[in-house]
Amino acid sequence: MNWLTNFVRPRIKKLLQPREAPDNLWLQCPNCKEMIFHRELEKALHVCPSCQHHIRLTANQRLELLFDNKEWTEIQLPNVPVDPIKFKDLKKYSDRLKLAQEKTGMHDAAIVAHGNMGKINVVVAVIDFSFLGGSMGAAVGEAIVSAAELAIVQESPLIVIPSSGGARMQEGVLSLMQMPRTTVAINKLREKGYPYIVILTDPTTGGVTASFAMLGDIHIAEPGAVVGFAGARVIEQTIRETLPEGFQRSEYLLEHGMVDIVVHRSDLKNKVVQLLSLIMRPDPAAPILPLNKNRKSKLFESIKSSEHNSNSNIIDPSIPDTSLFEVDGNDNKN
Amino acid sequence: MHFLEFEKPIAELEGRIAELRHVSEVAGTSITDEILKLQSKATRDLKVTYQNLNPWQKTLVARHPDRPHFLDYANSIFTEFIILSGDRGFSDDKAILGGLARFKGRSVMIIGQEKGHDTETRLKHNFGMAKPEGYRKAQRLMKMADHFGIPVITFVDTAGAYPGVGAEERGQSEAIARSIETCLNIRVPLISIIIGEGGSGGAIAISSANKILMLEHSIFSVISPEGCASILWRDGDKSKTAAESLKLTAQDLKKLGLIDDIIQEPVGGAHRSKEEVFKKVTEKIDKNLKELIKVEGGQLRARRREKFLAMGRIEKKNLSE
Ligand SMILES: [Zn+2]
Repeated sequence: MNWLTNFVRPRIKKLLQPREAPDNLWLQCPNCKEMIFHRELEKALHVCPSCQHHIRLTANQRLELLFDNKEWTEIQLPNVPVDPIKFKDLKKYSDRLKLAQEKTGMHDAAIVAHGNMGKINVVVAVIDFSFLGGSMGAAVGEAIVSAAELAIVQESPLIVIPSSGGARMQEGVLSLMQMPRTTVAINKLREKGYPYIVILTDPTTGGVTASFAMLGDIHIAEPGAVVGFAGARVIEQTIRETLPEGFQRSEYLLEHGMVDIVVHRSDLKNKVVQLLSLIMRPDPAAPILPLNKNRKSKLFESIKSSEHNSNSNIIDPSIPDTSLFEVDGNDNKN
Repeated sequence: MHFLEFEKPIAELEGRIAELRHVSEVAGTSITDEILKLQSKATRDLKVTYQNLNPWQKTLVARHPDRPHFLDYANSIFTEFIILSGDRGFSDDKAILGGLARFKGRSVMIIGQEKGHDTETRLKHNFGMAKPEGYRKAQRLMKMADHFGIPVITFVDTAGAYPGVGAEERGQSEAIARSIETCLNIRVPLISIIIGEGGSGGAIAISSANKILMLEHSIFSVISPEGCASILWRDGDKSKTAAESLKLTAQDLKKLGLIDDIIQEPVGGAHRSKEEVFKKVTEKIDKNLKELIKVEGGQLRARRREKFLAMGRIEKKNLSE
């Protein structure tokens, strides 16, 4: 049985559909409170023209920003246990989930898609903060695991774009266990030699930063994004001092060595493509190839037949992929 | 003895027993029967109380100031414990201690969070709340153990990783993420025992293990009941309700298949008979270590990774339906 036949069958081509908005729609910048005409805001990729504040994006807006021709294929993620500890606070967790699903049209906080980015096939997992604060339960964990597995199948780089308050309390320790779980998935991808890039967006904290989001080969952050482990309020209560200016913002993290580059949204795609190309195409004459340490021979073959290899990144579900389950094989070699 | 709120009736009984003893000594009269009767009632009540602890009461027991802490275990069930210090980058964080020791003659690496037992030691160990350098020391020691083929045993007892400015600046998230990664990648047995409080990311950082064991009245949670209550109920007084909702007891977590085994505590909790708890913990370490050292290193690592990878994934079989 093949992973792909289960997970990737419904190929949903996403195409940009012009959203309907009334002509007189004005939005307020949450930072400088300036009123901005919606078309102008869209043109500016939701960056405030007067103060450069990067307004939070939905998962789909993130994908539109990065994929060539705003075109990608979203994969259907495996089911996860729903409400594993039958959690109830003032509301039932199962009701909160339903509400979030209705509000966002998403199944859970993360989606996984693949497509071309600067003509390089890339797998992307993106977390939407508007779905229960982007919190990580089994479903978000599953998205990261599936994305890493898909990147391995497609011999592609993985880009993860988190925005999350951390672990999803309502799933108890199962949500905590998503930290080691996603870490395993990222490790497996990296052992195969495929690049893993994290684009940190506002806000990313808690169990998400303390696992897969801080394990990238390269960490890119959007300007002004809050990225950290503990929430600012918790820290303030603990140390009883006011926090330094710009605390936990991207620029502060850059200064303290936690991210590689802070990139303006208008330059984000270019930078990602440039980095991927530098990593995956060391020789400009060669075709774009995955860096695959474990399959040297295949790599050389691909170089020889580069003319016919332009489709190598497209998955053919009819070919069973055995690499996915050779879990133990790799572990015993080194 | 420090009595918890719900132990009040037992505290009163024991007070009465002490009083009677005093009277009988002074007056020279024998009221042994009465004392014995009261004593057996106290023991019975203690047993019943502890058999029926609710999750919030367990939280209080798990945090009991007299409960044995990491250093108590380190000095009682191991020999030749040599503390190894420092992360080789910034400093030595005494919230996490570790070092080489022997367990029944075998070399082991032990690592644990130490909460301290009085004001001085609590401050010294920062109440068991580690900073990035603590998690980086843990990584260093786990890698050393891996390098020399020495099994690792971790003792978890923390309210969580320390929330502070310096900790954030030095990469608390990254330090925890890398510590989890190190747990998952070493090719030696890794056994983790939650002895008191297993607080969120700060706990999983050193407990992504082949075997996760919990003491009978310890807790393991994604967030403290107080934190959960203030966020979801917007009312810090709802901690008891939050503790119930979070399924943070050893018994619940065993049922959910998220931990491997429970270590029984003496009647009235670990703090009432430390020797007994050390004996039980020794037995469980022995049993699990014997099982794990038979497994080849690559397999140990692969099994550990597969175990966590499966947490939250419904059987593949169900997907093809
Ligand atoms: Zn603005």
